[in-house]
Amino acid sequence: MAHIPDGVLSAPVLIAGATVGLGLVGTALRRLDYDRLPQAAVLSATFFVASLINVPLGPSSAHLLLNGLMGLLLGWTAVPALLVALILQAVFFGFGGLVVLGVNTLNLALPALLCALLLGPRLSPRSTPSQAFRTGLMAGVLGVLLTGTMVAISLGLSGEAYVPAAKILIAVYLPLAIAEGLITATVVAFLSRVAPETLAGETQGRAAP
Amino acid sequence: MTPLMLSPGGSGWISERDPRLRILCALAFALTTVGLTTPSAAITALLLAASLTRAAGIRPGSLGRRLLALEGFILVLLVTLPFTTPGAAILHVGPLTASAEGIQLAALILLKSNAVVLSLLALVGTLEAVALGHALARLGVPEKLAHLFLMTVRQIHLMQAELGRLRQAMRARAFMPRSDWHTWRSYGWLVGMLLVRSLERAQRILAAMRCRGFDGRLYLLDSTRWETRDTIAAFGCAVLLSGLILLDRMSR
Repeated sequence: MAHIPDGVLSAPVLIAGATVGLGLVGTALRRLDYDRLPQAAVLSATFFVASLINVPLGPSSAHLLLNGLMGLLLGWTAVPALLVALILQAVFFGFGGLVVLGVNTLNLALPALLCALLLGPRLSPRSTPSQAFRTGLMAGVLGVLLTGTMVAISLGLSGEAYVPAAKILIAVYLPLAIAEGLITATVVAFLSRVAPETLAGETQGRAAP
Repeated sequence: MTPLMLSPGGSGWISERDPRLRILCALAFALTTVGLTTPSAAITALLLAASLTRAAGIRPGSLGRRLLALEGFILVLLVTLPFTTPGAAILHVGPLTASAEGIQLAALILLKSNAVVLSLLALVGTLEAVALGHALARLGVPEKLAHLFLMTVRQIHLMQAELGRLRQAMRARAFMPRSDWHTWRSYGWLVGMLLVRSLERAQRILAAMRCRGFDGRLYLLDSTRWETRDTIAAFGCAVLLSGLILLDRMSR
């Protein structure tokens, strides 16, 4: 439900989304050096594959967004990784659209960046599993709720008539945020036990290959 | 889990066209369609896109499944828009009134979003993912992004195989997904294990690439050539899209 289809949003929202989205991607690409490309690509492929897992959620089911986790583990690199995933999903699966690609990237990437900047520094290879669990929980919940809010804002800014639909969508995101929060928390706690060096974060410099 | 279709085979004259042309046409079609304001033009766009999928040789069955992915989002809009758009009331459901303008807006969104997705699947979705990456690089997408795209595409199949093995192991232990803490924790461990294995793989890949003289650049070796028929197709695309805009203006 994070993929807004084409034909819904108004032109100003589309243009603003594309401009800011492109700016973010450009900044992220400048910060990404070629040596880290293989690692970024493997993680990006992993997140793409993991987001295909169907998680049962009450009577229905949902796919994971994983943007909070991507922010924590990839930092700025999460932005181009999300763009690549969105292009693949739009072109080969028909999720979302083409003109809305900028808005959709922004809606997923900005929460990921916020998780990286706010929660990333709380993680280190020395974090205990319970610290890691709490940070992961916050990242998962924050990622989904912020994305839901941004999708709702994109709709709300496109026209008064969309506001009720935006409210319904936010309500849909709440249970997903809980499931995603718990799953992300488990992932980060697992990593802190099994491979603590992955939690070094972007700013401190990742463990050299 | 079904295998990912990242290189679905297309056939017919569309699959013989230059990948760059197909991307640009899809972009032009999407931009034109999003701007349409009348139902007749939107229906024409949808028919045009549907005929493109036929020309590209996509089976209707697989198409339906992919279109359904859109409809969850659209459904919320379809249900709410008629009641929230001001205009002439034509239908009463309890305390709510549906307006003709709202129904028209909802129909427009349904038509336009499906038209864009159909044209995208027909023109670009029939490309191999690697060919798409090359074409994007040739169209001036930043080099690092194109490299990330190409490398990601290469890894997706491997990671999916890895995920398949892990899930098979879970099934062998009688794991049934439900909406409870046990499922979420198991999925958390699943994703975590996938990440650990992928990071190990990344280090092996970088080492292997260094051994082969990787200096931070991938050289793009492809041999697509722009042909006269591509120019003709581009012209045809321009004519069709101008026709759409004209139709939209006239029926307003």
